[in-house]
Amino acid sequence: MVRIEPYGDSGLRIQFGEDISKEINETIRCFCLLLEEKKIPGVIEWIPTYTAVSIIYDPLILFYDDLKIRMKQLLSVLKEMELPPAKITEIPVLYGGEYGPDLSLVAEKNKLIEREVIDLHTSKDYLIYMMGFIPGFTYLGGMSEKIAIERKSNPRAEISAGSVGIAGKQTGIYPVNSPGGWQIIGKTPVKLYDENKKSPILLEAGNYIRFVPIKEKEFADIEQQIKAGNYMPRTKTMAEGME
Amino acid sequence: MNEAMKIIKPGLATSVQDLGRKGYQQYGVVVAGAMDDFALQAANLLVGNKRGEAALEIALIGPEIMMLENTVVAICGADLSPKLDGEAISCWKSYFVEKGQRLSFGKPNNGGYAYLAVAGGLKTPEVMGSRSTYVKTEMGGYKGRFLKKGDYLETGFPSSKLKQLSGRSIKITKAMDYQSRRHIRVVLGPDRQGFTEESIQQFLTSPYKVTPQSDRMGYRLDGPPLDGEADIISDAVLPGTIQVPANGKPIVLLADRQTTGGYARIASVISVDLPYVAQQRAGNELRFAAVSVREAQQQYVKREFLLQRLNMAAGKF
Repeated sequence: MVRIEPYGDSGLRIQFGEDISKEINETIRCFCLLLEEKKIPGVIEWIPTYTAVSIIYDPLILFYDDLKIRMKQLLSVLKEMELPPAKITEIPVLYGGEYGPDLSLVAEKNKLIEREVIDLHTSKDYLIYMMGFIPGFTYLGGMSEKIAIERKSNPRAEISAGSVGIAGKQTGIYPVNSPGGWQIIGKTPVKLYDENKKSPILLEAGNYIRFVPIKEKEFADIEQQIKAGNYMPRTKTMAEGME
Repeated sequence: MNEAMKIIKPGLATSVQDLGRKGYQQYGVVVAGAMDDFALQAANLLVGNKRGEAALEIALIGPEIMMLENTVVAICGADLSPKLDGEAISCWKSYFVEKGQRLSFGKPNNGGYAYLAVAGGLKTPEVMGSRSTYVKTEMGGYKGRFLKKGDYLETGFPSSKLKQLSGRSIKITKAMDYQSRRHIRVVLGPDRQGFTEESIQQFLTSPYKVTPQSDRMGYRLDGPPLDGEADIISDAVLPGTIQVPANGKPIVLLADRQTTGGYARIASVISVDLPYVAQQRAGNELRFAAVSVREAQQQYVKREFLLQRLNMAAGKF
């Protein structure tokens, strides 16, 4: 059941479901594409999350009731919309060592060897359910429970940008330097947030990422290419049933 | 652009802010911006700027600033006892200041956040369309941080002759008295159904005190705990959203809020009442009253008319 409701005096929230699922995420991605396409005057931006889209609008241009009608119209064409295939972005990661100080702990707690943790972590494509927390941070779904681990009881004062971590059944990447309690298993040289770029944020909700293990040499090479401004992470479109 | 100001003393938490970084929240980018958007806009209008230009946000204990060229300034919002070369000046009024003169602040009399606008606006680099400072990830503003002693700030070109811009003032009304008691209007939801009816009633009838654990991100309140389902699936939070974590004590989210949160949301403060909330200090009591979205939006339109009148009346307030 889709529910539309006011959210303060400059927000309208559309709830698409009650739980975290790939299907709901697809509906939300589809709806956001429609919003992008329609460019409704007065709509400033929107925040897609696990089960809802919150639309921020200017009440000087649109009152709530007007926007609600527009949203109902969009929802009615949603079913007929064809969703373009999602993109998969490859994120190269140097696992373990000084860049992944908690890799051994993750292995130990799950009765695995480090290699197995890396294999499990790189064996899946992760759906970006939503973004939030800090600029460019992705909430990813689909990590194997075999490598789950509790957060650190004592968070680190600073985790450097690019660090890849695990917290409970979730995995994620720190896009900027930030304090945090995630167990850090590796690091990517790729910049998820780069304020000098025209589109400063690399990833987008509704798409996928795939972690690819790299060696120190490659890490340094990619870092060089990023500095020179000629690195783009590999992306492909998600073919039917590829997962 | 000219170096127009030098920071002699930084004050408690002085930062460059405009109306915030809009359009990137779906990527997790925090909006930041002025805690009191009305005062920021008013200060800009007084010095002949566009409403959304960047200005200095000054928290409680103000800085000391040396002016490096002749310009016009206005201070709106909290009354932090502003002075020019040691002589008291008024808030909500524009002043011609000469090269070499010093602006300073004294006792905080009313409210917590003042806005110092300078003719031409502050010209720190734009990040994603905004000059607002978000200290936590060192984004925007002056090097992504609060100002320090010895910082120099650049300004743009004034919109008219300085003489025309100085001596303008805005009539001070009750809306600018942050000590006057009044109800803070909220629109209930979106997790209203997660709270018991008694909790909603309690929220709307009990006083809630602003605690010292309050900052630009949000104000933690203390009062009768509210009973409800504390955790939700992470979802968007907006300016003024009131979250209730497991301890039942509400938190009003403000300029530096994250884009999403995991606590149930009982209500959101309406836009026109947010500056009043932002101007409250630790120990002050808040009382909430529910209004309809329609009423909140009518108030919003009313405030816009006021700002537009100020804009048009430029020069003859």
